[in-house]
Amino acid sequence: MSELAIVDLHLSFGESQIACGLSLNVEPGEVVSVLGPSGCGKSTLLKVLTGEVHAQSGEVLFRGRKVTQDDAVFALMPQRDALMPWRSILDNAILGLEVNGVARKAARSSVLPTMREFGLEGFEHHYPEQISGGMRQRAALLRTIAVERPIILLDEPLGALDALTRIQMQRWFERRWMEKSWTAILITHDVREAVTLSDRVYVLSRRPTKVIHEIKIALPRPRTDKPVSVQASEYETEILDILVSERGNLP
Amino acid sequence: MNGWKRLSSFVSTVQKPKYPGSAKPSGQEDSLQHQASFDAAQVASALVGLALLAVLWEAYVRLLDVSALILPTPSRVLSQIVANWDLLIRNSGPTLQATVAGFLVSLSLSFFLSVLLDLFAWLRRAVVPILVVSQTLPLTAIAPLVVLWFGFGLMPKVILVALVTFFPMLVALLQGYEATDRELTSLLRSFGANRWRIFWIARVPTALPYFFAGLRISITYAVVAAIFAEYSGARAGLGIVILNAKNSFRPDLMLAAVVCCSVLTLLLYAICALAQSLLVGDRSGRRLHV
Repeated sequence: MSELAIVDLHLSFGESQIACGLSLNVEPGEVVSVLGPSGCGKSTLLKVLTGEVHAQSGEVLFRGRKVTQDDAVFALMPQRDALMPWRSILDNAILGLEVNGVARKAARSSVLPTMREFGLEGFEHHYPEQISGGMRQRAALLRTIAVERPIILLDEPLGALDALTRIQMQRWFERRWMEKSWTAILITHDVREAVTLSDRVYVLSRRPTKVIHEIKIALPRPRTDKPVSVQASEYETEILDILVSERGNLP
Repeated sequence: MNGWKRLSSFVSTVQKPKYPGSAKPSGQEDSLQHQASFDAAQVASALVGLALLAVLWEAYVRLLDVSALILPTPSRVLSQIVANWDLLIRNSGPTLQATVAGFLVSLSLSFFLSVLLDLFAWLRRAVVPILVVSQTLPLTAIAPLVVLWFGFGLMPKVILVALVTFFPMLVALLQGYEATDRELTSLLRSFGANRWRIFWIARVPTALPYFFAGLRISITYAVVAAIFAEYSGARAGLGIVILNAKNSFRPDLMLAAVVCCSVLTLLLYAICALAQSLLVGDRSGRRLHV
């Protein structure tokens, strides 16, 4: 049974149709990328999952059961880090726990030991503006991970970073994934990032959006600490062709 | 809604509120010291400018032999402050009391109302136009009426001070709430936070620097409003001192009382600035853990 299944999703805001029969699924421990032209509704898809936007029809199933508003299934990592400038890094990281009713002191002591693996050790009491973009992004991810939800939703998490930091973060992400095998949906418009980081890639069409292509990335890990392989660039070319022509392997 | 936007931009043009903080973790002391010395230099040059103005004024009056009934010299005003020290202190009390009381009323009212207006959009649409109209009323005309309705006691002064200081603070608060990061709101919602929780954990802290910008604008109006209320009818207060001095042709004593008003305003402004640096943080990046 799939960890997550989105079945025949239809969504529109007034006149404009956003999604028209969108379906996809995610297996346990799998990182699935969702690629698509900008403005096709990739981020809106995540909002449907978190319950911020309601779809007209279609189902979201978690382990075969319909997801309701009260289920704590998804943990979101927003596009920009959205850290609170008035909170220290540690206190930002515990935000989700705090909202879920964990006492601040207990939350701090449970998150503190993970600071090291997120490369934030020694910066617990710094404020967001005092640390680098990559660190801020890791702090934001830590905040998302800390709530320990089954599925992580990453909304272009590296989009705002410079090229070098981005590559560093991709390496770091991959190492984390190999250790922890998080189940994640990664929204991106960077084809190389999708090929590098994910086990499977879905390509979306323009609005009204649906899945036009599904491709399994059968490359050995780690992929990030060596030059781009021939197979990887073949995947990239294939996906780029589909994005441009909008003709995939699905009806 | 357009008029409302324009009015709220008034606050932002006066100050650009932000969580102040230097970007570098190292060298914080340096920038702090630099800041301190910069402030000292600024105060020094302001004092020199003030002294220069006083000297010119003094020279003008003495050289042209202007009557003290028309324009007293600064030295005469100063000696009047010393000579009437007891009178001025005694009458500063009621003015300060009216100012602070009115200000506290308006502070709590504006916060309370801002919460309601932020939570209910329909209420905002209904109430904000009324508040905008309340700001178009000329204080000079309203003050005697308020005294007529509420008598010579503390009440009319509190009302007038509140009327004048309420609006800038409310606008600043509402604008501050609106400045909350949308992605942060989405994130909190995905964590399962309800609107009330989001309001306290994200919107209020975001609004704090805006609020203090509004507070500092308001406090400079507050003393003026209290003086005006006293002017229109009171038993004691700096406004009464000014009124009596005017009626007995004593511009030197009037100016002495005016100096007292300025000092009161500066004092209250300094308290607001201090509260801001304690709550929102100073330039070194230290901040309250909200």
